[in-house]
Amino acid sequence: MVLRERTDYEVTREDRRFVGAHLFVAIVALSVGSLFGPLQAFEWSGLDLYGLLEPIGLGDYYKGLTIHGVLNALVWTTFFITGFLTIVIIKGLGRPLRYPKLNRIGFWTMVIGLVMAAIPILMGAATVLYTFYPPLEASWAFYLGLTLVVVGSWIEGYGFYFTMAEWRKDNPGTRSPFIVLAALITMVMWQIATLGVAVEILTMLLPAALGITAGTDPELGRTFFWFTGHPLVYFWLLPAYVSWYGMLPAQAGGKLFSDSLARLAFWLFLLLSIPVGFHHQFVDPGIPIGWKYVHAALTYGVAFPSLLTLFTVVASLEYAARKRGGKGLLGWIRALPWGNPVVSAQLLAGILFMFGGIGGITNASYNVNLVVHNTAWIPGHFHLTVASAVTLSFFGVSYWLIPYVTGKPLWTTRWASFVNWTWFIGMLIFSNAMHVLGLLGAPRRTPLGEAPYVPEEWSGHLFRMSVGGAILFVGVVAFVVVAARTAFQKSRFAEGEGVEFPIAESIHDPQDTPEWLDRFKPWIIGTIVLVALAYGPQLIEQIGNAAYNSPLISP
Amino acid sequence: MNDSPAARKGLGADPYERRWMIVSLVLLIAFMVTVTIAGFALGFQVPGDESRVDPRTVADSPPWSEPGLRDLGNGEYVAYVLSRQYLYDPNTITVPVGATVTFYVTSTDVQHGFKLQDTNVNMQVVPGEVSKLTVEFDEPGEYKYICNEFCGIGHAAMFGRVIVEAEAGGS
Ligand code: HEM
Ligand SMILES: [Cu+2]
Ligand SMILES: [Cu+2]
Repeated sequence: MVLRERTDYEVTREDRRFVGAHLFVAIVALSVGSLFGPLQAFEWSGLDLYGLLEPIGLGDYYKGLTIHGVLNALVWTTFFITGFLTIVIIKGLGRPLRYPKLNRIGFWTMVIGLVMAAIPILMGAATVLYTFYPPLEASWAFYLGLTLVVVGSWIEGYGFYFTMAEWRKDNPGTRSPFIVLAALITMVMWQIATLGVAVEILTMLLPAALGITAGTDPELGRTFFWFTGHPLVYFWLLPAYVSWYGMLPAQAGGKLFSDSLARLAFWLFLLLSIPVGFHHQFVDPGIPIGWKYVHAALTYGVAFPSLLTLFTVVASLEYAARKRGGKGLLGWIRALPWGNPVVSAQLLAGILFMFGGIGGITNASYNVNLVVHNTAWIPGHFHLTVASAVTLSFFGVSYWLIPYVTGKPLWTTRWASFVNWTWFIGMLIFSNAMHVLGLLGAPRRTPLGEAPYVPEEWSGHLFRMSVGGAILFVGVVAFVVVAARTAFQKSRFAEGEGVEFPIAESIHDPQDTPEWLDRFKPWIIGTIVLVALAYGPQLIEQIGNAAYNSPLISP
Repeated sequence: MNDSPAARKGLGADPYERRWMIVSLVLLIAFMVTVTIAGFALGFQVPGDESRVDPRTVADSPPWSEPGLRDLGNGEYVAYVLSRQYLYDPNTITVPVGATVTFYVTSTDVQHGFKLQDTNVNMQVVPGEVSKLTVEFDEPGEYKYICNEFCGIGHAAMFGRVIVEAEAGGS
């Protein structure tokens, strides 16, 4: 009855290694980037350990913060996501990549870009944080390196499209598998969204860094940056949703509650995640209030598919729990397989994300944003989203994906569970303290240990924040140990053992899903039209009035 | 969860799902109405499109060549504040309690922030642009304005203060 994807397709050894290479770079980036997390938290509460790092050239708080933001938010995520989506495409469609070489080129482009950006950062020639707002000056190699990372991810995306096109030809009239559709929507969204930062770098930052132009227009730069910056958070989040919708139900012992609503949610994310970027510029000069208001309204729009997700994921989990004998209005929650770290990581990620979502609606609320803009509230918020909903879900994915690509069993269930709970508890403490500090007015991106204006009132929260940071650090170290010991151990799965690739079946036959939820063209056209309406007039205005008179200045 | 085999044209949402979607929409519209009322009826506003300046020369021409407070009478004031790595000019502003002050802030070098603690003033300060917000000081005391955007190595030290005096007269 229910359509079965060709889960019997055996992924080749080369493809497993290829996906493994993505995970490797991602986890190395996470482990280096996260080293600075606790140092930052300690510095805020007055314990300055940067002196110890001075001999190895890492004594600068902001060099560290640049590394933390770039490696964690950009590199860990992008490499994990491209690797994860690659296996989703291959397994979901049950066929190899159409042009494996193309995807290899994409991957190596990303690696070259990463190295190219890393060198100036380590040399102190790109201490501009991961937002590189003009006119802060970074080396041209940093901008070019970031560009290559983005271009590499585009190339991998093209490889996915070709593979899909081939599948369509062979399977006319068949609904595409949900996880594949979702992976492709994520890539399409990313490719439209990154046009903003590509234009910023290629027309403004790179020419200025190379001395071809005399300066930048910083507000125009911000508009380009946030054209990409908000959808960036959905580029992180949607792959986690692929797992929550398309895998977690199976891992929990149930089914996806609604195939069509899951698809609808993804299409709405494509449609709405880009034309909302001004919500990061609510307190900026140079943007008329009217446009800020339009983006505020659309931001509430993009909250709608998130609420749909909440319903569908919870309903799918409840279905699984009741099948396992769960009872009661909320008592079923206990019947979920909490002992399986793949599941508990995602459940805990989801719980943290509910707090993050509430905070997000606050941030997005136009004038309420005045209270929290650039305060500690903001990093408090995105450690719940990208550093928890996403990162903790990716931990959960790693617990089966690393065994899947290496053919070696997870080392060990118990340590993996330890990682999940440590992260959960550490993050509750850490992010709560940061949210409170933000409401009290504490600025972000500021080593508060050396700031002259810190009132006594903040100190208890600063202390809690550093306690939370220390716990988180234990969590991330444990994760890296679990990942490394799993991947590099000697023992392998015995014959007939192994991990199954998790694909959740839908309660309803996906073939019943209406056809308009399986077609790209109308949705992509709709997205372009909406983006043009929401951004076009103000972009034309800003580009028309651009004044490139702000010379780059070293930080 | 009806497993009706009939092929559906619509979403095939079940009744709970449909109710959830309606509640979500109503909730989001309610939020929107609330911020609209707060913004446009109660005047709880964000900065808008003010005016542009040339960051290379802004410090040499009026009014920015003489940053500081201007008394417009009737308890109305205007304050021009220049931000630069790593200080505000002026770094102290004194007004009587009850004063309404409109801040115009810009930068001569990189981006900065201007967050006036315990008020609703919080602005991105961008070279080439003027950020503007108005605040009424109803309580005497000291209000610090701090830089909340990374502007370079000395960023953590960048702040100034508004002193609101209890007795009318100081300015
Ligand atoms: C060991 C765990 C971690 C700790 C203790 C930690 C701590 C911190 C702290 C204290 C800040 C604020 C610094 C400041 O504003 O001055 C920060 C910023 C940030 N963190 Fe983390 N973090 C951790 C892990 C992560 C992870 C896993 C991610 C992303 C996946 C992440 C992404 C970021 C980003 C994007 C920023 C903002 C950087 C900026 O403002 O330029 N962090 N972190
Ligand atoms: Cu956003
Ligand atoms: Cu600053």
